[in-house]
Amino acid sequence: MAFKRHIDRLPIIPASAKKHNVTCPYCIVGCGYHAFTWPVNEEGGKAAGENAMATDLSGQQPLASDAWYSPAMYNLVKQDGRNVHLVVKPDRDCVVNGGLSSARGGRTAENRYSTARQTQQQRLTDPLVWRYGTWQPTGWDDALSLAADVTARIIAEHGEDELFVSMFDHGGSAGGYENTWGTGKLYFEAMKIRHCRIHNRPAYNSEVHASRDMGVGELNNCYEDAELADTIFVAGANSLETQTNYFLNHWVPNLRGASMAKKRAQLPDEPHAPARIVIVDPRRTVTVNACEHEAGAENVLHLQLNSGTDLVLLNALFTYIAAQGWTDSTFIEAHTKEFDKAIKANQMSLNEAASITGLKPDDIRKAAEWIAAPKEGKRRRTMFAYEKGIIWGNDNYSTNAALVNLALATGNVGREGGGCVRLGGHQEGYVRPSDGFIGRPAPYIDDLLIKGKGRVHHVWACDHYKTTLNAAEFKRVYNRRTNIVKEAMDSAIGGTRETLIDAILEATDKGGLFVVNAEIIHSQIGQAAHVILPAAESGEMNLTSMNGERRMRLTERYMDPPGSAKPDCLIAAGVAQAMGRSFAALGQPKLAAKFEGFDWRTEEDAFMDGYHLHAGGGEHVTYDRLRAMGNNGFQEPATGYGDEGIIGTKRLYTDGKFSTDDGRATFMETEWRGLQAPGKKEQKRKFRFLINNGRSNLVWQNAFSDQDNDFVTDRYPYPFIELHPDDMSELGVTKGDLVEVYNDDGATQAMVYPTGTARRGESFMLFGYPTGQQGNVINNGVNELVIPNYKQTWANIRKLAGAPAAVSHLSFKSKEYRPG
Amino acid sequence: MRRCDKLIDKGRRQFLGTGAIATVGAAATACAPTAQADANRATHAGGAVLSYPRVRLANMAELKLNEPHNVNYPDEAAPGVLLKLGQPVMGGAGPDGDVVGFSVLCPHQGYPLSYHAEDRSFNCPGHYSRFDAEAGGQQIWGQATQNLPQYLLRVDDKGDIYAEGVDELLYGRLSNTL
Repeated sequence: MAFKRHIDRLPIIPASAKKHNVTCPYCIVGCGYHAFTWPVNEEGGKAAGENAMATDLSGQQPLASDAWYSPAMYNLVKQDGRNVHLVVKPDRDCVVNGGLSSARGGRTAENRYSTARQTQQQRLTDPLVWRYGTWQPTGWDDALSLAADVTARIIAEHGEDELFVSMFDHGGSAGGYENTWGTGKLYFEAMKIRHCRIHNRPAYNSEVHASRDMGVGELNNCYEDAELADTIFVAGANSLETQTNYFLNHWVPNLRGASMAKKRAQLPDEPHAPARIVIVDPRRTVTVNACEHEAGAENVLHLQLNSGTDLVLLNALFTYIAAQGWTDSTFIEAHTKEFDKAIKANQMSLNEAASITGLKPDDIRKAAEWIAAPKEGKRRRTMFAYEKGIIWGNDNYSTNAALVNLALATGNVGREGGGCVRLGGHQEGYVRPSDGFIGRPAPYIDDLLIKGKGRVHHVWACDHYKTTLNAAEFKRVYNRRTNIVKEAMDSAIGGTRETLIDAILEATDKGGLFVVNAEIIHSQIGQAAHVILPAAESGEMNLTSMNGERRMRLTERYMDPPGSAKPDCLIAAGVAQAMGRSFAALGQPKLAAKFEGFDWRTEEDAFMDGYHLHAGGGEHVTYDRLRAMGNNGFQEPATGYGDEGIIGTKRLYTDGKFSTDDGRATFMETEWRGLQAPGKKEQKRKFRFLINNGRSNLVWQNAFSDQDNDFVTDRYPYPFIELHPDDMSELGVTKGDLVEVYNDDGATQAMVYPTGTARRGESFMLFGYPTGQQGNVINNGVNELVIPNYKQTWANIRKLAGAPAAVSHLSFKSKEYRPG
Repeated sequence: MRRCDKLIDKGRRQFLGTGAIATVGAAATACAPTAQADANRATHAGGAVLSYPRVRLANMAELKLNEPHNVNYPDEAAPGVLLKLGQPVMGGAGPDGDVVGFSVLCPHQGYPLSYHAEDRSFNCPGHYSRFDAEAGGQQIWGQATQNLPQYLLRVDDKGDIYAEGVDELLYGRLSNTL
């Protein structure tokens, strides 16, 4: 049977409950929620005056009611040491989600740490140190001093390049401006650590270098633009599943024609119609299906191109639109440069593009018309959006640039109903001292670790084991290197701290790697760590982030962190202070002095030291001001503070001044060069199946919380791999079978999900899942700026076993909505 | 009372943690006689387990293969359907183990679900969620944070189909019985 909670009654939120502003900790969209807490021995009543919803609860509530919450929105947690009821439910007054919850954010309460209800018992409660042949709980001073003493000795003897750092740079969940500043100040100011990387990629680099190099910051519009656009052009994104409530609350109304009044009111001097949408994706996704139901199939153009050929399509659109004279020449003249150079270099005919992409020339022409053919003499408004299909796809830099070319050529940046934006994964929350010293291209950290470089590795909420490329080799080497240190620590057992540190350093001379891991759970890479520091996350600390339209909010602390877990910024401060003491003890007062300035007592102190003093417009932003602005916050950058609160910026580049030295956006030459990353062409030739990969609606990120959520693990005990039924017959597998996916780079496992809409020879596997890491079969090829290419991966598939017990009750029906 | 507190705490851990029949509100706030309540679950009021009415929803003779039969349970304001699927399924009632009953309000936001007979799924027009009638109402895909509430059914010798409980919280009510 499907998992059921067998909960048939929930406590009613009393009118007296405390109400906290909460931005969903998960995806980029950052939906507004409220966390209600109240004493464990109290409950509200059904009468309107007795509950926080001010609603008569004695009868059945209507659809989309604000007065209902699901069991997943409830928990029983600790607040200031006392048990309290907790309900985290969506905020209907938040302009982002308008009261909608997703299958991820709707489980925020259930995914909190609760000793009473035994949820998220995987959370770390104490620092752990490798001791007596396993991990032992210890105090902060013990753990921090061991981490700092080893790190300081290695830096003193071998230099800062021997310290490798993996650190998140995002908002939401365990990120946030407080925490990126804490770690940033430690590694980029107190130290200058070149050997660092970001949570989801093997180097410290931008995923959208090209857009930035062209002067177009990648989050430049507002969500309302999706309601105002004539056409939405989306490439390499499955927004219904990965930016759910942005899609549902802002795209769908336009596709349905429900935003017509808004269009007419805000843009009165031009004709309007419900939006059409062009979706570029080699896979038919649930997004395509939903768009067809909302807009009618005739208003949805799914360009199901050959995997990795987006650049060809984009150049062809650019060429064709320019040839028709549909470019915005006034905009190009006034605000850009190097258009002529780019249009000459990027020539691509419809026929040539069709032969490479596998699309019909007429469909490419139709896309060009939908994007740019004037509407009764007026410029057509098109919003360009992209995400991991482009970012983790073939030839990231040029493909990203080709998309921005198209948006600039049609005058769709800085205008209503336009924008050229990445859709995003996490929320953002980046404020750090300059990383300019790292250089470009940035060092390929995972490859260096495989090659035996580095002696100490600090890992902040990153799990390479689940989310890196070439993961099979990475894990093999990392396990070996970290085991050398574990064995040395085991051998030094019972000795003094000095003999232990000597043993660890000696182990690093032999290729050993000492690992310090700040995390909320004991992660897969954390199994290799020697010191583990328990971190707090959103809701357990005050935490600020911004979403995909740069909307900044404060999530207020509404519960206690587990045990002695702390916000990452305060852990970073603890590491810094311990490093100062370690260097002082080593007789290095100058080095010790670099670690001053971390005397923050709270996360707010880190926020004021970081965002308030260093972010653009940060001087206008404080916790009190953000708290007052609730779940709508303001859109960055802040430009002032007035009667209405912090004054923000709805769209970027409305003045036509771009982020280049001369303020002109730069067109780029983006010539097609086939499969760009080393090893891809050979892999494609040799192996039968495309192993396309990405996210699912139900699972947040690499399932770090969801792996301990019964609703999720019941549905997906293993990662799914979608296969066409004819491919399944040929492979001799049936639904739910466990299969091995293998190539020369590694192997992984998944459960077969029959998918009639899949193309023959093209599978799609859930990315980053704990029980089968797709990264194992991704080769180590990256682009010139060390951006990985996850999407273009080929492998063979063979049966491992019939459906395991955990799979036997699952539904394997189509994921596409089918009205009765 | 101290002893009672401990019992509550123990009980809460047991049935809130393991997913046995549970009533969160009562569990957290009362010293509940869980075992007795379970034994008398359909008639006992005020215990840790919600008291559901036993309601005759239909007779087997009224059901047509794979056609939803509209019912309401546990009261008139809670729409649902009975389905005879033609092959035994997990949780199925009746002589062939193929009769199931579900709420038809989407457990995401309460939109009325429609039944797609061809693949035996319930579909939500609000946000495209889908639930499998043959797999205990498992959400095939969607925005709900729970699977579709299913009725506990009993069929007597005369073929009368009774509902005697629901296995998840129904949309639109913080107590399955109002």
